[in-house]
Amino acid sequence: MPAVLAARADWAASAFPAGCELFEGVVQDLIDELGRLPGVGPKSAQRIAFHLISSEPADIKRLVDVLGKVTEGVRFCELCGNVSEQQQCRICRDTRRDGAMLCVVEEPKDVLAIERTREFKGRYHVLGGALDPLSGVGPDQLRMRELLARISSDEVTEVIIATDPNTEGEATATYLVRMLRDFPGLNVTRLASGLPMGGDLEFADELTLGRAFSGRRSL
Amino acid sequence: MYLRRLQVTDFRSWPHVDLDLGTGPTVFVGQNGRGKTNLLEAVGYLAMLGSHRVASDAPLVRHDCERALLRAAVVNGDREMTVELEISPGKTNRARVNRGQPTRPRDILGIVRTVLFAPEDLSLVKGDPSERRRFLDDLLVQRAPRFAGVRSDYEKALRQRNALLKTSGKRKGGREDPYAESTLDVWDTQLAEAGAQLLAGRLDLVAELAPHATAAYEGIAGQNPDRQAHVVYRSSIGDAIPDGYGTPGGKQAEPDTLTEVLLDALRESRHADLERGVSLVGPHRDELALNLGDAPARGYASHGESWSFALALRLGSYELLRAEWGDPVLLLDDVFAELDQRRRARLAEVAVNAEQVLVTAAVDEDVPDELSGVRYRVADGEVSRE
Repeated sequence: MPAVLAARADWAASAFPAGCELFEGVVQDLIDELGRLPGVGPKSAQRIAFHLISSEPADIKRLVDVLGKVTEGVRFCELCGNVSEQQQCRICRDTRRDGAMLCVVEEPKDVLAIERTREFKGRYHVLGGALDPLSGVGPDQLRMRELLARISSDEVTEVIIATDPNTEGEATATYLVRMLRDFPGLNVTRLASGLPMGGDLEFADELTLGRAFSGRRSL
Repeated sequence: MYLRRLQVTDFRSWPHVDLDLGTGPTVFVGQNGRGKTNLLEAVGYLAMLGSHRVASDAPLVRHDCERALLRAAVVNGDREMTVELEISPGKTNRARVNRGQPTRPRDILGIVRTVLFAPEDLSLVKGDPSERRRFLDDLLVQRAPRFAGVRSDYEKALRQRNALLKTSGKRKGGREDPYAESTLDVWDTQLAEAGAQLLAGRLDLVAELAPHATAAYEGIAGQNPDRQAHVVYRSSIGDAIPDGYGTPGGKQAEPDTLTEVLLDALRESRHADLERGVSLVGPHRDELALNLGDAPARGYASHGESWSFALALRLGSYELLRAEWGDPVLLLDDVFAELDQRRRARLAEVAVNAEQVLVTAAVDEDVPDELSGVRYRVADGEVSRE
């Protein structure tokens, strides 16, 4: 094998996947559509496509039905903004939840992530994104006004800000802190950011380690 | 530090090159357009995650190929590491260390350290302030890789703030945006925090670099009390920078102090910023002033003096990196042809003592005798050892 091909094969065998093959007509269309989904590369798209092709027609019908319903419109909880089947979502309807604690997140998927921890017993408020002027997102485009209304009327005593630890998420957190500091008796906290569990200190990147240092707590 | 082996695949003009390298000088000789510089560019890319010739990745990938691959075996003291980098324009570049899991390219910063001398260096002296800011920031990242993150955070916050300034400016006369002021406050904070980190890094760097640059210039141009070379950081926020910051033997810059200073400056500049729709103060508007005696080098220095100053900045960087980490790899890209006898001799003197130096030249006569180490011919898509 010439050196060039040997080198390419070597790399292809490594963790970097190769490009996609071409199929005909509707199969390729399916692969292309799947490949547009977030987190699905050409190889995964191919795998999913062929899985679907060889599946029971009933299974595919179910998927098609669900997709159909989604396109007809997904409902959002009128209180917190989470995705919901009814006017209010499961968490907002649950009377066992602690209404004094309110956790502010960017997206519905963040609610899911926090729910999985089973640590938090309060309620949520979904902003629907983060401040991002480049994409034309300002406070007006986020559910800020609804948040203010909830805090003024409900029995909320603590707001936990759980926006992403990136530039836009930090900016949103700063904005919330400024907006909420005028509420008397309201405790505003921010999720700690720092070292991952089960990890090694030596492998943490400097930014994370630096954050962990500045956010240290006394024991 | 030296590269023991360099493999390049689908990078620039090269389908594939595999080179065993050693310590001391290695010279690549060949006519122009044969891809000598591309090899040095590849080494530089591993150190900087960017090219000294182009701003985007697309031109780095060979025509009709999806990605370029760089791989190097790096020896540092008695340790050897393998670094790999996959450059795929339009997608996320990936890197691997010692054939482990793919990681962010940023994670390989600091494994390869280089100082590159190239004909483009003249623009360090003659070009726009952005050239000199880039020089400082690149050096900063090589010394402390965490600044790669600081730099991108700052650029992101700056883009966001500018976007907001533009949309807020447009509404003038029309409906007043009730959120504009309070949202700007937030982006001011983001910009000031990242900016303070970057500014502190640059100020401390200049404090250390300045004496090296002055000494290096004297070594090249000879002693002349009226034409001493000075390197001074000149901030767009002017006198607000605390005394002693950025000066040799002065104070170490405190990011917390600078955050406050930057916030004040941004607040003061807000009206003008809104008017123009861009952020007018901050590290992205700062300048590394290069002075010869009392006059700025830019515009006032002769062609020869400009070259001496550019060399002095690179030699100063080399000394600075060397003092901390041991010899970086010296890359001399076609520079000897640009220099007169004296500057040539001075550069050769430094290069001959470097642990590894990679040199390119169009003809053999361009390479000083001291650097006649291993010699490769570059022609017809091949690199052959003599």
